[in-house]
Amino acid sequence: MKIFDIFERNGLSIGLGVFIVISIGGIVEIIPSFYDNARPLNYSKPYTALELTGRLIYITEGCVECHSQLVRPFKIETDRYGHYSLSGEYAYDRPFLFGSRRIGPDLFRVGARRSVDWLEAHFLDAESTSPGTLMPDYTDLFTNSVDYETVYSDMYTQKVVFHVPYDEEGMPPLGEFEDMKESLLDEAKEIGPRFKTKAIRDHLENDEVKEVVALVAFLLRRR
Amino acid sequence: MEHKTSTIKYDDRVAKGFIITTLVWGTLGLTFGLWIATALVVPSINMGQDWLNFGRFRTAHTSALLYGFVLSTTFAVWYYGSQRLLKIPLAAPKLAFFHLITYNLVILSAVFGAIVGATTARRYSEFEWPVALFLVISWISWGMHIFIMIVSRRERTLYVSIWYFVATFLGIGIVYVFNNLEVPTIFVTGMGDWWHSVSLYSGTNSANIHWWFGHNAVGFVLTVPIVGVSYYMIPKRAKQVLFSYRLSLWAFWGLIFLYLWVGPHHLLFSSLPDWIQTLGMLFSLLLILPSWGSMINLLLTASGKWELLRTDPVFKFLIIGSTFYGLSTLEGPIQAIRSVNALSHYTDWMVGHVHSGALGWVGFTLIGAIYVIVPEIWKRPLYSNKIAEQQFWIQTLGIVLYAVSMWIAGITQGLMWRTTDVYGGLVYSFLDTVLVLQPYYIIRAVGGSFYLYGFCMLGYNIYKTISPARYKKEQTSAATVV
Repeated sequence: MKIFDIFERNGLSIGLGVFIVISIGGIVEIIPSFYDNARPLNYSKPYTALELTGRLIYITEGCVECHSQLVRPFKIETDRYGHYSLSGEYAYDRPFLFGSRRIGPDLFRVGARRSVDWLEAHFLDAESTSPGTLMPDYTDLFTNSVDYETVYSDMYTQKVVFHVPYDEEGMPPLGEFEDMKESLLDEAKEIGPRFKTKAIRDHLENDEVKEVVALVAFLLRRR
Repeated sequence: MEHKTSTIKYDDRVAKGFIITTLVWGTLGLTFGLWIATALVVPSINMGQDWLNFGRFRTAHTSALLYGFVLSTTFAVWYYGSQRLLKIPLAAPKLAFFHLITYNLVILSAVFGAIVGATTARRYSEFEWPVALFLVISWISWGMHIFIMIVSRRERTLYVSIWYFVATFLGIGIVYVFNNLEVPTIFVTGMGDWWHSVSLYSGTNSANIHWWFGHNAVGFVLTVPIVGVSYYMIPKRAKQVLFSYRLSLWAFWGLIFLYLWVGPHHLLFSSLPDWIQTLGMLFSLLLILPSWGSMINLLLTASGKWELLRTDPVFKFLIIGSTFYGLSTLEGPIQAIRSVNALSHYTDWMVGHVHSGALGWVGFTLIGAIYVIVPEIWKRPLYSNKIAEQQFWIQTLGIVLYAVSMWIAGITQGLMWRTTDVYGGLVYSFLDTVLVLQPYYIIRAVGGSFYLYGFCMLGYNIYKTISPARYKKEQTSAATVV
């Protein structure tokens, strides 16, 4: 095996050889479509402050471990979950949350089929809406308040580093930290009164947003 | 022939360290696994505590096992084997200790991060940027050690296992770094959680790059180093040379070339461009060649010594491990075919596939390796062959229960999702397809508990083997090389 001899004699040549062979697959499959895949659809908008807050909670709680957000182009899927997913719909997802297991149903267009009521009841006691479900209760979402700083940090980074069009015409506002706090609160007060849990509404009166409000806003946006 | 006799003082302290930590991470990781398997049977097991939920512990489970158990054992085999294969004592022992300590701190913070919910939600690279950065530093210290050992070796030929270790270091290094490129938000605004970051990639690109990484976490954590360990342990235990050196070379280069192409099979029918999906599927099928090349090579190395399967439980672990490699590397490519994937994706069949590979191939090969090297580095015979024998059967039963229940569960759910009536309407609600899985989830949890029980037997056996040595200061061993 003459051609392999060179690799056997020298630690650096085997390192270099392995490095080159390993790199090829990624270069071919990732680089060519990089630009096209990242293009938003005409009507896609970045997440608002409240929605993005919900998205971060979705990530923290590991919802992606049981729920996918990718509808495949089969009739049995589009009947169940709505139109199949388009690449441009994900343009503002950092990172992607496709998921790879459906212990629970797909949530990509869940906002089109579930209401605030239903979602609230589901988080309080999943058994009440879906008898026999494997989803645990998420009662902490009703007591924890949202973390404005991290959300602002995330949005601001998206705006200045990745040129996500916050504050542009027809796009969600960001502004300074205080502006963002205000717009987040306004959004929360829009859907807040639809919650049945009195504590959630009371806290909103005192300008305090509980996590569940943000998570519901994020899921309602999924349509 | 001129014979020159010299003595090499093997320094196995770091190998010992990794053996002990790997037993800890293995036990913890399997316990987490049993916890989440139970949570799918009794969801109220979280006792109202969000941090005890499936979503948090699934990540803790994979981090503790993939990176804690699998790679720690790989490192133990490296620190033990590199001295013997390259015929030099441990080079740069301080660097090796640095690696041992930092690596375990990384896993500790990764598991802790998963449980408190500090996660990037990118499967197998959920670590937030400070942990990811720390991991890269620790990883580079291992890489430096590999190249220092290779450069200063006294054995001209690099045995094939060494190739696999080099590929593990570079492969994981490349895909991990590129997948984890992200901007820590604290440096941009100075507020919010300091560990939070925003990924450099968005949407479909993020998915594409992620599964390029993700499948190579499977490739370069659960396959490449394990093949390397197997190429070392099976010939050693069978006391025979490798069946074919030529086959090992083709299988090596084939494997590391093809593996990097197959990630898109995780994204079939997604918004990823079709040509990338097709390439992913095609290369997944091609991957059967080098995988089966290695499997056949390893099994044929044992030919003529099959009686060991009756007498030596350690050999059983190694051989059955390679057999599971053959099974998994056939099952995986089949699942990567579009039409099969349409059924199997999103179901428990995937979970079954991963676990027959992880528990059977990876787990058994590494357990075999631990049984081979512990008596050598602690220089005392194994405490009990009988326990190892019982452990083998208990764990094999566990894997069979796990894999078979998940095959049935996965295919059942996949078929129910697509069942339509004569008018083309869906027959089952989503919830119907969840309720039907309960018996299989119970069987899975039982299978998992058997495996965990067997792993505790391993821990006990190793503890009994090494415990008298704790009071002796002798830390280096000598061997004569001709």
